[in-house]
Amino acid sequence: MRKLLIWLPFILFLAFVGLFASGLFQPDDRIIHSRLVGQPLPAFALPAGASDRPALASADLATGQPRLLNIFASWCVPCAAEAPQLMALRQAGVEIDAIAIRDARADVDRFLQRYGNPYDRIGLDARSGVQIALGSSGVPETFVIDGQGRIAYQHIGDIRADDVPMILDRLRSAQ
Amino acid sequence: MIAETGLAALWLAAALALLQLVLAFAGLKGGKPELLAAVRPAAVAQGALTAGAFALLITLFLRSDMSVLLVATNSHSMKPWLYKFAGTWGNHEGSMLLWVTVMGVAGAAVALFERALRRDTHMATLGGQAAISLGFYAFLLFSSNPFTRIDPPPPDGQGLNPLLQDPGLAFHPPTLYLGYVGLSVAFSFAVGALLTGRVDAAFARAMRPWVLAAWVLLTLGITAGSYWAYYELGWGGWWFWDPVENASLMPWLAATALLHSVTVLATRDALRAWTIMLAVIAFSMSMVGTFLVRSGILTSVHAFAVDPERGSFILALLAVYIGGALALFGWRIGSVREGAPFELVSRETLLVVNNLLLSVILGVVLIGTLYPLMTEAFGHKVSVGAPYFDRIAGPIALTLMLALAIGPLTRWRRDRVSVVSKRLLFPAFIAILVSVSLSIFAWDRMGILPFLGLVIALAVGAASLAPLWKRNLLRTPLFTWGMVIAHLGCAVSLAGMACDSAFTVEKLVAARPGDTIKTAGWTLRFTRIAPLAGDNWTALQADMQVDRGGTPVLIRPQSRFFASPPTTTTEAALLTRWNGQLYVVLGEEVEGGRWQLRIWWKPFVTLIWLGGILIALGGVLALVGRERRGWLMKWRARQSQPWEAVA
Repeated sequence: MRKLLIWLPFILFLAFVGLFASGLFQPDDRIIHSRLVGQPLPAFALPAGASDRPALASADLATGQPRLLNIFASWCVPCAAEAPQLMALRQAGVEIDAIAIRDARADVDRFLQRYGNPYDRIGLDARSGVQIALGSSGVPETFVIDGQGRIAYQHIGDIRADDVPMILDRLRSAQ
Repeated sequence: MIAETGLAALWLAAALALLQLVLAFAGLKGGKPELLAAVRPAAVAQGALTAGAFALLITLFLRSDMSVLLVATNSHSMKPWLYKFAGTWGNHEGSMLLWVTVMGVAGAAVALFERALRRDTHMATLGGQAAISLGFYAFLLFSSNPFTRIDPPPPDGQGLNPLLQDPGLAFHPPTLYLGYVGLSVAFSFAVGALLTGRVDAAFARAMRPWVLAAWVLLTLGITAGSYWAYYELGWGGWWFWDPVENASLMPWLAATALLHSVTVLATRDALRAWTIMLAVIAFSMSMVGTFLVRSGILTSVHAFAVDPERGSFILALLAVYIGGALALFGWRIGSVREGAPFELVSRETLLVVNNLLLSVILGVVLIGTLYPLMTEAFGHKVSVGAPYFDRIAGPIALTLMLALAIGPLTRWRRDRVSVVSKRLLFPAFIAILVSVSLSIFAWDRMGILPFLGLVIALAVGAASLAPLWKRNLLRTPLFTWGMVIAHLGCAVSLAGMACDSAFTVEKLVAARPGDTIKTAGWTLRFTRIAPLAGDNWTALQADMQVDRGGTPVLIRPQSRFFASPPTTTTEAALLTRWNGQLYVVLGEEVEGGRWQLRIWWKPFVTLIWLGGILIALGGVLALVGRERRGWLMKWRARQSQPWEAVA
């Protein structure tokens, strides 16, 4: 009995370690995914977010060709990290539109000048109302939109270099 | 060069820790005193090197050296110097380096100043301390190097989390860390004593100052953290049962139990195994807390980045050290003889009761904190909030307060129920008086827990002053004063908590400049709202004239915007009066030029933190009172004898 009592803390601790380990190695599913995947985009029309790109409306995204919708902001550090991958996708012939969140046109211009401009159209979502309607919770995020203007895939966080082939695959299967 | 020198110092310190470990155990095992002679110098040099590395990291932050990755990601050249300085530990790598530094310096102090411990236990303790340090060195050097460079350096840094840009928070983490790591010394002592099999009163007297010092710092750290959360987060509460808060509360609970049990061991040579167990648990809780905060497996308002790799590293450290210590406990504790016996009615019994209740609260908090993790393992997601903790920990804490009232009025070894109850007559009278008057004046206004809380707080306040009754106050030992003041602090805090939850008045309004708001006897005139620029922020500031039938006072709640990284923080306006605090938060603009205002009148809320400070003060008095004679004797002995001979 006494022996058991002495070893009890050790046994309890082992159980805790097991618990911690299972928590640590479980796939992280705390990220909120949009319920709109597979659904058509909600209707919106945004003013132009940069001085040399046209404005963006939801109708512009149903062009018969799959395209990317990137959600970014000039104040967002991971967005700057993501910029080279978007340029690479652009060079691979992907059409990309963007929504700038809680931003100002001058800041967006400066951001694009510094990190490159892979976008066809840029909408300015000053109060992030459209972002919320899209079911997006942060910047950057990227949606794959199929030719009919339906959301085919949502990528949360920045696109890393090793994500690029996967994004290209998603675009191909959204054809 | 500074970063490279810092990294080199860190590697050297790690090598010395390894040497210290090997020397201590080879020396003890083989009985070779010449090996043991080098252990203390190694510990001192190791402490000096880590302190040097940390000083170099501070230098890098103060100079805004953006070629160092850590500085670039956590600092900004525009920041006030105080926050550049505090930015050193306001991030993962820096705080781990602080951890290692405090451990190294504490180890050096144990090597230099600890003279009460038997020599073999002392050496085993230093070996244990080196073993723990080694794991953390490995963690820093292999997975969290604070001195990594980036090329090319960015033009400017990303800044420090604006929530952390507050003088209170700049010094809150170091205080807590000193406490956490102070407990590592107690842990090493326990390991040393288990290895040599010497657990007795002398050992407890050597361990006690370390436990007391760590406990005082933890108390101050928690008090400061609670006040920070209260005024900076702008939600008007002072405790959230957030995993990060619990991570600091759990070691404090264990350390409080340890503090009392080590006193029993020092005074009466009882509770040997229990004291060792608590020493192991107290530091384990510090490590578990660190793990929960650093690994990101629990979500929290102020947790650090989610990083499974680092999480696994800390988990491995946890498994090795705590698992190792608990296994050592199971294996060796049988060889520690039973301590002195005591009667059922005695101060020892009440201290055992205190220990058990503290352990139960610790268990409740631990389970509540880990419960989301447990259910997630079975596929459900739940969160455990304040109601669980309040409802379960609250009544146990109140019971604990009763033990706290009776304990100091009971004699060591044996006492008589009739005599003890006589001593309790006065506190009992206070309790009856308070409950009667509360029932008359505020029965319908308060819940059962705040009601009991207030009654018990006032009774315990009276009971904790009782040991001074009919004593020559000048001749009363400092240690007794310490106990009285710390216990009084608990009563004061409890009274503050009960008043806050029972009598707080809250009002949420949307007001235009020019409007007047009346609440809880206060008149608030909202005069204007204007923008304001600070060092690295801009703000909207509201001007309000407030009064309660006297001269109006101007208060200015703010909503601050930080550019880098983009964040909004609330700066609540606090107006402190002797009987409470007025707390005003400026919210968002609503339609038609009206602004959301949250107004609280919180009677006696400041008692919560005043109590915390009293508790810590009591600890300091106890520390000085117990150790002063020892320090004087050691100092005199050193005057007359060569250095080594005393050791």
